[in-house]
Amino acid sequence: MEGIIIFLQKIVIATVEGGDSQVDVEIKMVRNTLVIRVNGELDMVMAEKLKKEMEARLDEGEVKNLIVNLEKVTFIDSSGLGVIIAGYKKVMAANGRMYIVGAKPNVKRILILSGVSKLIPIYDTEQEVINL
Amino acid sequence: MNVKNYVRFEFQSLPENISFARSCVAAFAAQLDCTLDDIEEIKLVVSEAVSNSIIHGYASNPHEKVVIAVSIMDDDTLEIIVEDYGVGIEDVEKAMEPTYSTDPSRMGLGFTFMKSFMDELEVVSKPGKGTTVKLKRNFAVANKEAYA
Repeated sequence: MEGIIIFLQKIVIATVEGGDSQVDVEIKMVRNTLVIRVNGELDMVMAEKLKKEMEARLDEGEVKNLIVNLEKVTFIDSSGLGVIIAGYKKVMAANGRMYIVGAKPNVKRILILSGVSKLIPIYDTEQEVINL
Repeated sequence: MNVKNYVRFEFQSLPENISFARSCVAAFAAQLDCTLDDIEEIKLVVSEAVSNSIIHGYASNPHEKVVIAVSIMDDDTLEIIVEDYGVGIEDVEKAMEPTYSTDPSRMGLGFTFMKSFMDELEVVSKPGKGTTVKLKRNFAVANKEAYA
């Protein structure tokens, strides 16, 4: 897949920490692909943090594709879905691609029921997306 | 129908309290014969109702109050009431339409999830006075097939 075939250099460019010092949002730029790993419950609180960080990177204009890793997300509601869709709209506007990876069954169920999975393909691992 | 058990609590309209609210209700509901999926659905509907109160009812003003009352009836019906004293909803019918939201950055799926995961949803709102959301779901064994 264009732009994310080679993962030679992984650079952590930002982390956002919650009050318990656990990293909530980890952001990496790999070539022109933004990889965001979210940790915890993706509700209104986390969605605000994620939106702020994600939009700041996307607005820089260097991002082509976006991978949102939900492997460590234990809960998602419509606030979380909203920020994912906001990212999707920005990436699509830049003719990029977006992927969700690692969603747990309860999170995946909400992604399916909400129709988000019809817009954004869901894969089990980042590696699967890399291998596309 | 009689109340078998209930809890009632109130909290400041801070986004950080949404997690607390859904966890409390889920823990209380666990007394019923419900699955992990059921618990996840209860957490989701509470999260949506409380988020609506904070975002729309109070326009994210953190100094207001949200009240939650949860009851388990003797027929194993779970009743959740989420109440705020915010701006209210002008057109409840419109607000309950899928994907409708007064905030373009939001998905407008809150009421859709509430309808999907509960047996009954009742919204009573008075502009300028506040909104009460009443959710009911029966967990008696005979009714569980509907969600299988």
